[in-house]
Amino acid sequence: MPEVERKIREEAKNLLVNKKVDFVIGFEEGTLPLRVSPVFIYKGDDTEKLIWNSFCENNLAVYLPEIGDKKVAVVAKGCDTRSIVALIVEGQIKREQIVVIGIPYQGMIDRRRIEKEVEGEILEVKEKNDEILIKGDVFEKVFKKEDYLYSSCKTCKHRNPVISDILIGEEIEERTQVDEYAEVNEYEKKSVDERWDYFNKEVNKCIRCYACRQACPMCYCEECFVDNSYPRWIGKGLDSSDLAVWHIIRAYHQAGRCVDCGSCERACPMEINLRFLTKKINKEVKNYFNFETGLDSATSPPLATFNVEDRQDFIDSGE
Amino acid sequence: MREREPKILAFLCNWCSYAGADLAGVSRIQYPPNVRVIRVPCSSRVNPLFILKALQQGIDGVLVAGCHPGDCHYISGNYIARRKFAIIKNFLEYIGIEEDRVQFAWVSAAEGARFAQVIKEVTEKVKRLGPIKKLVKTRGI
Repeated sequence: MPEVERKIREEAKNLLVNKKVDFVIGFEEGTLPLRVSPVFIYKGDDTEKLIWNSFCENNLAVYLPEIGDKKVAVVAKGCDTRSIVALIVEGQIKREQIVVIGIPYQGMIDRRRIEKEVEGEILEVKEKNDEILIKGDVFEKVFKKEDYLYSSCKTCKHRNPVISDILIGEEIEERTQVDEYAEVNEYEKKSVDERWDYFNKEVNKCIRCYACRQACPMCYCEECFVDNSYPRWIGKGLDSSDLAVWHIIRAYHQAGRCVDCGSCERACPMEINLRFLTKKINKEVKNYFNFETGLDSATSPPLATFNVEDRQDFIDSGE
Repeated sequence: MREREPKILAFLCNWCSYAGADLAGVSRIQYPPNVRVIRVPCSSRVNPLFILKALQQGIDGVLVAGCHPGDCHYISGNYIARRKFAIIKNFLEYIGIEEDRVQFAWVSAAEGARFAQVIKEVTEKVKRLGPIKKLVKTRGI
């Protein structure tokens, strides 16, 4: 995507030189192949560092609640712009403070799947149209991008930026045919014990590093319930009961706030299937309250409001 | 050997359900003694974390009861609570916690007999499930 990359640099430089923003948040080359890292650019000359490719997987909205009174430009994919809207709705940032450099969907590549399919060390990565060329010490392999997309990208239904001040590239047509809840629906069909076994197996991988929390733009609480020591809600060890509670509440706290960018799952060093939890929450929020996160900044978050007509079929109302 | 009696924790809102329980008491209506009551100011005071914490500590079933819609002392507390409960109840079932472990009911201050009935039903349902095994913390607190 050299064209997109060139434009990002150009726009970033413009913004910085004309003092429209204090800094730009984007991506730079990572220290390892297949990786990029978030970068904060303060000077127009440094904009050459900015890159754009299929590995720019982080949701950069995560830095926004901490910008204070600065004015910031941020490179954002479709899902990231929804996080920005959600943060605006929750009063964490002001719209005037943010210049959104929106980039329509391209689909991010699951680097772990590629790593698993080659033996030996990956030394060089080249991206060409819809293919990825991987070079190692003893091998060379070509991967088709489409087959290695993240699952969240594969089922993405909001591929264009919801808000953008500078749009780079062309908007694309939204997909209406994909069934984003297919995995959840499939899981719901299992028996209650099968569901528990799978859930338990997944959460027991957890090492409590909280990378999922740190990677999530919506996890901005000053003090997370898990860090609270008085009252100490849950134990800090690796007891499987505590792990379960952590993952239940982490997902629950995302109700009406998760945009399904998949950052939590990508950040997880233990490769826990975290999206199968948040996706269910998203599904129920859609079901019960007909709400999808981050689509407009006028609607308040579903759990901060109510409707007298809300469904209550799960409550014994005596009728 | 006698059947193990389930322990049930009930979060009752101060204004309706707790008063309903009180009415059941002063009216001398019998209901199963399995229930332990925690009085909360409003059903919306019940954080889903409370429910999980109870299950973690070996409580076999949790009931949350509050005012009927429209009757909340704080005008809209139970409406807000209803939304939270819809999500957490569904989610707990999804990850494999039995449906009847966590139950919700509306009980007004005038419904003493109904309170007894609700407790009876909840207790029966939880008894049918047997002692809780999932989510229980076996070491430490």
